[in-house]
Amino acid sequence: MAAPALQIQGLHDCREAWAATLESLAAVDDRIVAVVNDSVGSSKLGGFQKKFPDRLINVGIAEQCMVGVGAGLANGGRIPFLSAAACFLTGRSLEQIKADVAYAGFNVKLVGQSSGVAYGELGPTHHSIEDFAWLRPLTNLTILCPADPWETAEAIRWAAIHDGPVYIRLSRMPVPDLDIAHRTFRVGKAELVRDGSDVTLIACGTTVHLAAKASDALKTEGIRARVLNMASINPLDEAAILAAASETGAIVTVEEASIRGGLGGAVAELTADNHPVPVERVGFPGFVPTGSVDWLFTEFGLTAQGIAAAARRAIGRAGK
Amino acid sequence: MTLHNDPIDLIRAKALWMRRTAFQMVFDAQLGHPGGDFSATDIIATIYFGVLRYDPTQPNMPDRDRFIMSKGHATGALYTALCAAGYFPEDWLKTYMQPRSMLNGHPNRNYLPGVETNTGPLGHGLPVATGIAIAGQITQATYRTYVLTGDGELQEGSNWEAAMTAGHRKLTNLTWIVDRNRLQQGAGTEETNGLDPLDKKFEAFGWDVQMVDGHDHAALFAALTAPTTDKPRAIIANTVKGKGVSFMENKASWHHGVPTADQLATALKELV
Repeated sequence: MAAPALQIQGLHDCREAWAATLESLAAVDDRIVAVVNDSVGSSKLGGFQKKFPDRLINVGIAEQCMVGVGAGLANGGRIPFLSAAACFLTGRSLEQIKADVAYAGFNVKLVGQSSGVAYGELGPTHHSIEDFAWLRPLTNLTILCPADPWETAEAIRWAAIHDGPVYIRLSRMPVPDLDIAHRTFRVGKAELVRDGSDVTLIACGTTVHLAAKASDALKTEGIRARVLNMASINPLDEAAILAAASETGAIVTVEEASIRGGLGGAVAELTADNHPVPVERVGFPGFVPTGSVDWLFTEFGLTAQGIAAAARRAIGRAGK
Repeated sequence: MTLHNDPIDLIRAKALWMRRTAFQMVFDAQLGHPGGDFSATDIIATIYFGVLRYDPTQPNMPDRDRFIMSKGHATGALYTALCAAGYFPEDWLKTYMQPRSMLNGHPNRNYLPGVETNTGPLGHGLPVATGIAIAGQITQATYRTYVLTGDGELQEGSNWEAAMTAGHRKLTNLTWIVDRNRLQQGAGTEETNGLDPLDKKFEAFGWDVQMVDGHDHAALFAALTAPTTDKPRAIIANTVKGKGVSFMENKASWHHGVPTADQLATALKELV
């Protein structure tokens, strides 16, 4: 199969970073195993399978079994990375994630591939915009949504070392490298992408670079928009969010997910409890109509222009 | 202290103590699932006091045999077995279902030593046990994994996903015991969503199948210790819900029934 066209023009498919990182970790730690649901190709794990055939466990199209098996592998001292389309991994086996992984507290890594609306025209059955809302109440489950290849690799490396359940939400969507010097990946800490004092754009995953573009566009209007990369959805960087509320007085959240219960929900809960400010939530309101990924992003305002418009609304609501 | 020369005598004595203690716990808490406790008691007693290799002082020893209680509601049977096996003192049993007790209505591995995984929702034990057995297979570990499911819970599809996986991978280090009491919460299994012929189904999924009387300790012991084949082993243990107490036997209403003081006294007279 030809390499996807995503690699051109400085854009990356983060699955490459995921697969390369897992292979390098597995080479030095034989406890690491991969568990898939007939998803070797879509998870880019062909190389892993060649190098570690005995450590690639394919349970077939059976996600409930896959998550239970993951808990069992952890009981048996393995470090399982379960990789499957995010929609099926989280939706089909939600009770297994709740009971067998989170409540039981097993050292299982859940890697949701092609999350959000990456499957575009295939429709809401294949979209995974509900996963944050489903998983956030499982408080001991770390939830990470990296924004670019570097952060993807860091998240995988952190998960391999961390003793506890983790959900890592990946995408096949092409994203650029975030142009940030001297980066350090810290779970529970937001990353400052742009500084500003008029409004704060809090984004994760595929939307961080769009929020940065929105900030750059707003600058030409004299609006200084802070941008936070909130890759760590749980634990949340509450200090950074409350600082944004008090210092900028208006917040926009941006996520390739439902506007109910995800990053936007988390920020709204936190600010409502501690420092109420206007919060505009950019994302999907529910099941979306048929359309390509680009069309869906444009239609629902997940663009630099759409995010900038939300920023103006938030600033207006704040009476600034 | 009673001396038991025959391992079957020891299992029988433990099973009797487990039934008496569990029923007292259910009476004290006025909560529980005694019908399922009693159908599973002889199976669990045979596993813990005749078959399983474990050290209660080292509950996380990597090479321990594993027992997974998929029918997690039958905590009366599980907790009394773990207590008798030495995982925790008898005093703890008095806290059954009390606020902040480590003896929750369904087992929690983070509270209670000896519990291998958290169960309660049905259809979870077999996939987890399958994962433990796969870990053993790929590391060539010497431990065995035993999982006890109910029969009604086999209506959950996740069991059949795992049954396929275990059969496909020829997990010879895995033993699945079905507590075949033929009753679920509301009615009989066969009138609700029939399971028969279970043996043929398991064989078709690639399992070595044995059928035993689930209250015959010697038969259970023989089936659980029989030489392995090239397939995972399924043991269909034919049981009686409420076994051991005349007014409870084969009555679906005792699934989560609780006894009156008179019923407790009657039961304890019968359980000798």
